[in-house]
Amino acid sequence: MEVGQLQERFVDYTKSLFCEGFLDDQFLQLQQLQDESNPDFVVEVVSLFFEDSEKLLNDLTKTLDQQFVDYKRVDAQVHQLKGSSSSIGAQRVKNACIGFRNFCEEQNIEGCLRCLHQVKQEYSLVKNKLQTLFRLEQQIVAAGGAIPMVE
Amino acid sequence: MDATCLSKDMADHGEVPHVLAVDDNLIDRKLVEKLLKNSSCKVTTAENGLRALEYLGLGDDQQNISNDNCSKINLIITDYCMPGMTGYELLKKIKESSMMREVPVVIMSSENIPTRINKCLEGGAQMFMLKPLKQSDVKKLRCQLMNVGS
Repeated sequence: MEVGQLQERFVDYTKSLFCEGFLDDQFLQLQQLQDESNPDFVVEVVSLFFEDSEKLLNDLTKTLDQQFVDYKRVDAQVHQLKGSSSSIGAQRVKNACIGFRNFCEEQNIEGCLRCLHQVKQEYSLVKNKLQTLFRLEQQIVAAGGAIPMVE
Repeated sequence: MDATCLSKDMADHGEVPHVLAVDDNLIDRKLVEKLLKNSSCKVTTAENGLRALEYLGLGDDQQNISNDNCSKINLIITDYCMPGMTGYELLKKIKESSMMREVPVVIMSSENIPTRINKCLEGGAQMFMLKPLKQSDVKKLRCQLMNVGS
């Protein structure tokens, strides 16, 4: 596929991610921070987010599986996940975390388990989408083109 | 001269403000570091209040030991919610220190809670900022702090 087509696909894909609420303005902030001194900034931060989130989600699964659930711990972990997802612009993950914290406060195990499931789903979706986006970027660069700025 | 850093004096000498950024969240640390570097600041990060105090030479076992880092820091920006020591508690410790009390402290939080904000400002915080931080927030911060003391 030639550069022009790849770039168009990239722009369309990026726009869809915003339209569908997977990403919000904060992601644009990240992109704007990337420069020649740090050309891989977005990929680096997002990779950290993936690593961090997976640890948190595994830990949350274990914590909620205990006979006596430590809701303070659950809340602290969801707070972390909410923070990181908010910082990179992963809007749907962030929103799923907000609901989760309410159930923590109520110490509602069913609510928490439902939310955990939802957060995992949203995380999985956004991870997939971002990896696709990064692959498109790589293809553009490999074909000798520049990554278009999407407003 | 007002010791509240980021002053005109510094700019005149071509010095770059040195900021200590404290946050327990790795992603947020990376983000705030880049935001500050993009605003021409030198940045040191710490992952919690204790590490921050140790860096500044204000740790419990560092009484009366002079520390170079202290005098180099022009601004401290810290997250509010941190395990062990909150940003507010860190703020208080800094304000209690004769060496560091003049240094502006900015507190950030993802939660917009007016009582929390007031408590921090009354505790001596220069500013309270809502996360996630944007480039425009950091630019505003730099401008505001540049005007103090000049």
